[in-house]
Amino acid sequence: MSLPTLSPLDWTALRLSLELGLVTTATLLVCGTPLAWWLARGRSRFKPIVEAIVAMPLVLPPTVLGFYLLILLAPKGPLGALWQEATGGGSLAFSFPGLVLASVVYSFPFVVQPLQRAFESMGSAPLEAAASLGASPWDAFASVALPLARRGYLTAAVLGFAHTLGEFGVVLMVGGNIPGQTRVISIAVYDHVENLEYGEAHALSLLLLLIAFVSLVTIFTLNREERSGRR
Amino acid sequence: MNALRARFSLTLGDFHLDATLEAPDSGVTALFGPSGSGKSTFLRCLMGLIRAPGGECRLGARIWQEAEDRTFIPLHRRRLGVVFQTPRLFPHLDVAGNLAYAWRRTPPERRRLDIDAVVGMLKLEDLLHRDPRFLSGGEQQRVAIGRAIVTNPDLLVMDEPLSSLDHRSRHEILQDLERVFRELRTPVIYVSHDFDEILRFADRLALIERGSIRAIGPVGEMVTRLDLPLAHAADAGTVVEARVDRWDEAFALAELALGGGPRLTIPNRGWPIGAPVRVRILARDVSLTLEAPHRTSILNVIPATVRELFPENPAQVMVKLDVAGWPLLARITLKSRQNLGIHVGQSLWAQVKSVAVERE
Repeated sequence: MSLPTLSPLDWTALRLSLELGLVTTATLLVCGTPLAWWLARGRSRFKPIVEAIVAMPLVLPPTVLGFYLLILLAPKGPLGALWQEATGGGSLAFSFPGLVLASVVYSFPFVVQPLQRAFESMGSAPLEAAASLGASPWDAFASVALPLARRGYLTAAVLGFAHTLGEFGVVLMVGGNIPGQTRVISIAVYDHVENLEYGEAHALSLLLLLIAFVSLVTIFTLNREERSGRR
Repeated sequence: MNALRARFSLTLGDFHLDATLEAPDSGVTALFGPSGSGKSTFLRCLMGLIRAPGGECRLGARIWQEAEDRTFIPLHRRRLGVVFQTPRLFPHLDVAGNLAYAWRRTPPERRRLDIDAVVGMLKLEDLLHRDPRFLSGGEQQRVAIGRAIVTNPDLLVMDEPLSSLDHRSRHEILQDLERVFRELRTPVIYVSHDFDEILRFADRLALIERGSIRAIGPVGEMVTRLDLPLAHAADAGTVVEARVDRWDEAFALAELALGGGPRLTIPNRGWPIGAPVRVRILARDVSLTLEAPHRTSILNVIPATVRELFPENPAQVMVKLDVAGWPLLARITLKSRQNLGIHVGQSLWAQVKSVAVERE
């Protein structure tokens, strides 16, 4: 069995997957930072509850998550209605923005947890030192906390990206299978298998497998260099 | 101008802190006490890392914290230099980067010593481009001290800066610290539970016990107060500021003049005439005699008056003497006391067996 080249439709799916991964990861890093910071440094008694909510996507079946997201994003759902009012356009469900939102929820723990661990492990000592040298809290965050957490950020970004590429159940529930809009790689693979197009399924699967492998090797390599003190 | 006044009370679990500390605008004030006495908590309040409700803290005319809780200045605006117990260098910057971090955050009009001067003072030249994680503990702490003084703080706080170091690096850094204190003229709060460090650096000593300041005063006075535990430690003794007055070149000796008249003769280490030295005389190195001895190997025999007697245990008694206005401690046996009939007000001779030089 020879591997066929990717069809234009598959290329579109690949491009969409990468786009989704990048937009989702960027959103997650921005939104996840303050939350991870609060979880790492705050002493609120609501912390365990928030931590549980963050971890929910780890344990829930994607279909359950997808089902609730669908209800939320549907034209008559709370978020969906708001979206239609604001944009005056189409539905949030079965659209790329809806897919981004669903992916953000789905990959949330994969980004927040590494960031939280990074902030926790540095402790308050370096920040106190920065303050004693005249650094305001924002300054200390940017000039000390961020550089010290860079390994956490790298892990978070790679995990968030790879996990988003690999999602299936949530995408199927919320995004459906619209080429160029919501048909991502994992859906395309499923389609090919359904249609007994094993060759095409192979090509796409292998590609996804390689991306995942390279991502993980990147993390582990960088982690090792970091530990041995090279920069 | 930068005199400190700080008062904090705070309850943490079953620990109560209720301490007031005042320090003048120069010199080293040591905060001394056993572990668990509240030194670190007090310091964290002083730094503004703990906000003790109702606390009060001001440095000179600047209010850092007010009793009504209207004012609370965070650490980064206190102009307070801190050397922590561990160096806390930034691992993502090299040594030069760590120093520059402090320099860049010091407003130009406040800068006094530039980085080069600090590098010279602490001998950091060879470390500048090193990764701080690969420096020895002593080197790291020297960089941390340099980083703190680059900001030209109004008050320098040191929280047991030598306690995490091994014996050798400790010895090296002691001399650097002495130089820094002498050249900087910034008031220093030096926290330690190491008696030797304190005798060497401190001008004043505040004794903290169970969360409150039990006594505070000039270090020479504090260590000889018989109502305080310092005078009853195994290495209890006196510290005195003296001046090199004369050389006895034939025997390589130096004669030190102590304020008020009495002299001490000790082996000369090449000090210039007029040099200030701080000497320490341990209570166990002082013996008493009723008549001036004529043929003795002990060089230092000083007329003294008995001021106080304090039995320490069934065998020993601490005798506090007055030598032309400065205190001297002698630890003798109860039996000798009885045999010689030593009593308060008596004039006698103190024989000083050895004198340790703490600071030159």
